[in-house]
Formats: sequence, C-alpha cells, structure tokens
Amino acid sequence: MKYRNPLSIARGLGSSKDGLGHWWMQRLTAIALVPLVFWFALSIIALAGQDRAHVLTWMQSPFHGVVLSLFLVTSLYHANLGLQAVFEDYIQARWLQLSSRITAGFAAVFLGFTGVFALLRLVFGG
Amino acid sequence: MPMSMNERPLSPHLQIYKLELPMVLSGLHRISGIALSVGSILLVAWILSAVHSAEAFAGMNSFLRSYVGQFVLFGWTFSLIHHSVNGVRHLIWDTGRLLEVDQINSSSKIVLAIVIVLTLLAWILAGGFPGGGA
Repeated sequence: MKYRNPLSIARGLGSSKDGLGHWWMQRLTAIALVPLVFWFALSIIALAGQDRAHVLTWMQSPFHGVVLSLFLVTSLYHANLGLQAVFEDYIQARWLQLSSRITAGFAAVFLGFTGVFALLRLVFGG
Repeated sequence: MPMSMNERPLSPHLQIYKLELPMVLSGLHRISGIALSVGSILLVAWILSAVHSAEAFAGMNSFLRSYVGQFVLFGWTFSLIHHSVNGVRHLIWDTGRLLEVDQINSSSKIVLAIVIVLTLLAWILAGGFPGGGA
C-alpha cells in the first residue's frame, strides 16, 4: 500500500536525486554574492596600501566584520557547490570523486570556521 | 573499462568545434570558479595574518608584493570580476531571457568589455593592493 502519490515522490528528485537542492542553493548563494562581491571589491580598493591598524579597525567595525563573515561563508558554500559539479564532471572513479567532494567540503568548513573565529577573537579578545 | 563502453558513440570532442567567444567565456567561468575556490585560502590567510601579528601581516604583504604574489592577485581580481559579471548573466539566463543565439553572442561581447574595463579599473585603483607594515 503506497501512501505517497507519484508527484510527491518525483518532486525535487531529478536523476541526481537531490539535484534541485544543489541548483537552488547555487542560485540563492549567487544572488547573495552579487551585493557582497560589490562590497568586497570596494572595500579592498579602500584598504589598498593601508597599514595593519587601519585594516584591523575595518575588520572590527560591526558592519564590515559581519559582512566580511557573510562574504566568506557564502562564497565558501557557493565554491563547495561549484567544486562538487566540477568533480562530478571530470572524475570518473567513484571513490576518487567522492573523496574529492568530501575533502573539498571539509576544507570549506575549516576555512570558514577559521576565518570567522579569527574575526570573533579580534573583536572579543582572548 | 568494459568492452561495451568502447563501442558506444562519443559526442564530438572539444577541439572539433570552431572556438567562439561564448565558449571561451563559459570555459573561463568554470576556470575562474576553481581559481576563486583555491583563492579563498588566500583570503583566510590574509585575515589570519592581520589578526595574528604585525610580523605575519608584513610577511603576507611582502608575499603579495612579490612577482608571484602580484600574479596571483591579478588572477584573483580577474577571476572575481569575470565570475561575478558572467554570473549575473547566468542568473538572467535562469529567468529564460537572452537565450537566443544572437543575444548570447552580443551579451558575450558586452560581458568581455565590462570584465576588461572593471579588472583594469580595480587594479589601477587598488594599486596592486598590499598595505604597509605595522
């Protein structure tokens, strides 16, 4: 006895099973990155040639500190989705494809936590 | 590889096609995406160096000022701008717009022009980017 109708089973499940989620998050992070990249480019231009004290003041400001964290986390999420597609396209051996994806995922999480931790430590001391 | 795999027809390889601008931009989109993924290591390293100490920040800046560092930074700048500008075009395509062949050809020229102008502008304005010592 089946209680789920075919549409509910099919919804969101392409040939890659969870492909819609990947596609959707890639677009969502891309849209978020449009203003974030714009802010990042202007910030880097403004920070060019400045000394460390100036850079730290910039990182410590609530607005720039938060937006820098958002830029870092969003771009790492987006990068992980993109790298996943690249590995799926070019790596045939299943074990190598899977281990590449897992390594890239761990690296993205590690970089994100490290960057945000450094910014938090800068603001809250310790 | 099983024998049956060898007997299947293959789609034409990349070098069969005449190189067109939309293809080049598409390839660059993926290459710049990979470059930016690797480049995120540099961004985190830059944040860590600034937070850690004056010596670490000075070391990071002297690397960025070196020939290798400047090459990496210019590649970073180009990749970020190309992936962003072409990415906006991808978002427009996702809404079903600008998908005719002539529209793709003309939008490719526009994307290329914007990317070149913005990359040079950013590079000139940022003056090679690295900051001073302490």
